[in-house]
Amino acid sequence: MFRFIVRRLLQLIPTLFGLSLLLFIWLHRLPGGPETAILGERGTPEMRAQIRRNLGLDEPLLIQYGRFMKRLLQLDLGTSISTKREVTTEFLQRFPGTVELTITAMVIAIGVGIPLGYLAARRNGSMLDHASVGGSLLGTCIPIFFLAYVLKAIFAERLGWFPAIGRQDSGIGATHVTNFFVLDGLITREWDAAADAIWHLILPGLALASIPFAIIVRITRASVLEVLGEDFVRTAEAKGLTERVVRRRHVLRNAMLPVATSIGLLTGLLLSGAVLTETVFGFSGIGLFLYEAISNRDYPVLQGFILLIAVIFTLVNLAVDVSYSLIDPRVRVR
Amino acid sequence: MPLLDVEDLSVTFSRRGQRTVRAVDGVSFAVDAGEVVALVGESGCGKSVTSLALMGLLPRRGAHVGGSADFDGTDLLALDQRSMRDIRGKDVAMIFQDPLSSLNPVIPVGIQVTEVLVRHRGMSGDAARKEAAQLLDRVGIPDPRRRLKEYPHQLSGGMRQRVLIAIAVACQPRLLIADEPTTALDVTIQAQILELLKDLVRDSGTALIMITHDLGVVAGMCDTINVLYAGKVVESARRKELFAAPRHPYTVGLLRSIPRLDVGRGEKLTPIPGSVRDVLPWSEGCAFAPRCDRQIEACVGEPPAMVPTHTGHSYRCVNPVSPEEKP
Amino acid sequence: MTLAPGQKKDKLDRLAELAAVRDDEQGVSLWRDAFRRLRRNPAAIVGAVILALFVLVAIVGPFLVPYDPAAPIGVQDGVVRSGSGIIPGPSSDHWLGYDHQGRDEFSRLIAGSRQTLIVGVVSTVIGLTVGVLLGGISGAAAGLGGRRGRWVDNVLMRFVDMLLSVPSLLLAVSIAAILGPSPITVMIAVGAVSVPIFARLLRGSMIAQSNRDYVLAATSLGVRRGKIAISHVIPNSLAPVIVQATLTLATAIIEVAALSFLGLGTQVLGQPEWGLMLAEAQRYLGVRPALAIYPAVAIIITAFGFTLLGEAMREALDPKLRK
Repeated sequence: MFRFIVRRLLQLIPTLFGLSLLLFIWLHRLPGGPETAILGERGTPEMRAQIRRNLGLDEPLLIQYGRFMKRLLQLDLGTSISTKREVTTEFLQRFPGTVELTITAMVIAIGVGIPLGYLAARRNGSMLDHASVGGSLLGTCIPIFFLAYVLKAIFAERLGWFPAIGRQDSGIGATHVTNFFVLDGLITREWDAAADAIWHLILPGLALASIPFAIIVRITRASVLEVLGEDFVRTAEAKGLTERVVRRRHVLRNAMLPVATSIGLLTGLLLSGAVLTETVFGFSGIGLFLYEAISNRDYPVLQGFILLIAVIFTLVNLAVDVSYSLIDPRVRVR
Repeated sequence: MPLLDVEDLSVTFSRRGQRTVRAVDGVSFAVDAGEVVALVGESGCGKSVTSLALMGLLPRRGAHVGGSADFDGTDLLALDQRSMRDIRGKDVAMIFQDPLSSLNPVIPVGIQVTEVLVRHRGMSGDAARKEAAQLLDRVGIPDPRRRLKEYPHQLSGGMRQRVLIAIAVACQPRLLIADEPTTALDVTIQAQILELLKDLVRDSGTALIMITHDLGVVAGMCDTINVLYAGKVVESARRKELFAAPRHPYTVGLLRSIPRLDVGRGEKLTPIPGSVRDVLPWSEGCAFAPRCDRQIEACVGEPPAMVPTHTGHSYRCVNPVSPEEKP
Repeated sequence: MTLAPGQKKDKLDRLAELAAVRDDEQGVSLWRDAFRRLRRNPAAIVGAVILALFVLVAIVGPFLVPYDPAAPIGVQDGVVRSGSGIIPGPSSDHWLGYDHQGRDEFSRLIAGSRQTLIVGVVSTVIGLTVGVLLGGISGAAAGLGGRRGRWVDNVLMRFVDMLLSVPSLLLAVSIAAILGPSPITVMIAVGAVSVPIFARLLRGSMIAQSNRDYVLAATSLGVRRGKIAISHVIPNSLAPVIVQATLTLATAIIEVAALSFLGLGTQVLGQPEWGLMLAEAQRYLGVRPALAIYPAVAIIITAFGFTLLGEAMREALDPKLRK
């Protein structure tokens, strides 16, 4: 098991190296460049050149990349052009918000998706089955940001049930220890702060959950259908076990294997979707900051954030692979 | 009175947009307590469907079961799901063909044995584990305590089948159904498993329905043999009688296709020509007629009836092989 | 029982007929079989109808629209003043009202189908071409084996891993940001997202195919490896790729909308495109939410058509579900 993890971590190195190189080259070809973002369209050529010198953008690319890699190895990803703060600091400060949001979305997608997929498979061919298959196909076709706007317009602006923007009501005056606002509220026993943070998570969480939910419903359904036809389920029935035991121990346990594998894939979708939902809900996480970095042409932020997200994404996939080998004894590493 | 009396069992499958298929077409047979009865036939003859129907394991939608199966005073086919669950695994148990796919791959075999003890014998925890280890020991698995913690893929094919047998006999059922229990195994293991089944049945007095396509498997252990073709019993006799004087041409064909050591080197095995798909519907005559070398005009037109003889031997043929002809 | 002569002949014919091997069980090709099952699937029919309508509108629509989709008619008529926040809704002349620049919304919606189709198809073709090249070379190299083959396969697959290690939208964002605003940028960015998917899919199914018995049989008969790859392995590996391409058309249209939303979308001068229309309309949600709803519904229905057809094709080609 240990060797398996080490091997996977080693595989990560060429991937990340190549990624940093590509990001570096590509991002430096950005048209307009950060000087346009700082000066606007009015700046004189001299002012532009001055800014480029200050940012070290006039040196040969190779030297710039060398410097970039050196700092990278010291976990220094440079400073944001727009906020003048370190990229790593910006990331760490905003990442908890995105984690909270993606976990919320995952809980919704799994919590509703698995039971629905199971029911659809159990009643294969019924109205419920057709509706959940059709609905989940339709669900993957709705642009997330549009869904987010619709939810916001109806449930926040029209009905006023949920807050429209932000992570927490600033009027509450919550203390922040970890920047996980829900966790902070629980640690400091400021229950109202925790509740308010959860309240802010629901609408963006729902919007972000839509595609993972649709995928989980379909994978669960397909996988339950397959398992129901397996011989060992017939054996379990032949033992006269109660329906509950057959369902939990024999059907669901096996049917969950493909669902577990898909969670790695879903993490990528969630991180992509977070950029869109956070933007719509003004929810301060890495997604919103990335959106701002795109409009400000803030290279170091784009570069650093995408690199860090790639690392996290890869680590999540590694964790999924490892935990998969824990639930399926057949793939356990020898 | 027999332990199990199957009367006119029929199973039809109908699915939307597809032709209805009559897989079992009025099968009748009886099993006495402690008796070993064989259902023999090629794949597709309805023998497995018969066993699944008796166990109440056919899919709830699309399968229509008719007839009756009186098991010690209760009709198995008329029971609701809940009461059937109480009987399955306790009074009637079943062993399946493919031991690998018939065991849950992600659960240790121990739990798969104990769960039936927990369900039907009210055991729990340590008592169940102890009993499970004893069961594995009884079916000939060495070092049972360690094996209980292992997963199916860690066991050999023969060992897996022994586990399935242990599960089936865990509650000392009165009737055991074995559906091709040796087909998926190596030849050397086959003999061991058959021996084990024979011993278990003899020691416990359990009745056994042995489902197989291989008359060779049946020869050593069965008391009564029912030969099935296209969903109907075509011949039924005590073992000795059937092997000595088969009357139905299909049975003769089956016997001829068993490899034997006592025949001369030059003699060839004679396969039955054609396949089970070349079937005449029973309503139009004898289903075996298209493949039969004794086919006469009377074979087509009306379904042949079961002809009883004074010895309890019966067959469904209008032009039977005479008892004097040696197969 | 006596039989009339004619009757007896019928009976014997019946026996002969039963004994004969049925023709339809032989030589039904994978594709014909799949197509037959596709035609019987209502979801496939619905998807195909949606797509046929979409393509028809994309081809003839721009010629039939009542107004020039690029002309700010509302401004000329003095009904819309830009920045005033007043955007008139549907009327008998303008069925869906005006957009924020005073252009006829109905004409834009109809005409927009063409750009949407072009952007979707072009980006899918980009992703498909690059992905199939990468996956095909990689799969062939892996199949050929040897040190060099494995090396080529490894290098290409590490590159694909790299693309996969960035969540799709961020990959598209980085590419779009680098290439700068131009219509082809968006298509390349969206196409790049699907490159690793196509590459992996083709490589995987090629390797699976080359382990099949018929390939081993051909090899043992002395057929050249290149010939086997071209005549057996690649054609049989393409089925999942084609299914994926259909599904990718749906995601491409949605991704284009997402890129536009993030401010990275561009249009061919004056030509409306649904994703960009949707993104632009977000700013006027408070005034005229319908401006967002029209293109959104158009995108959803179109993507749904591609998804339905793609899923139905996947089902039809799935060997596990056959028979």
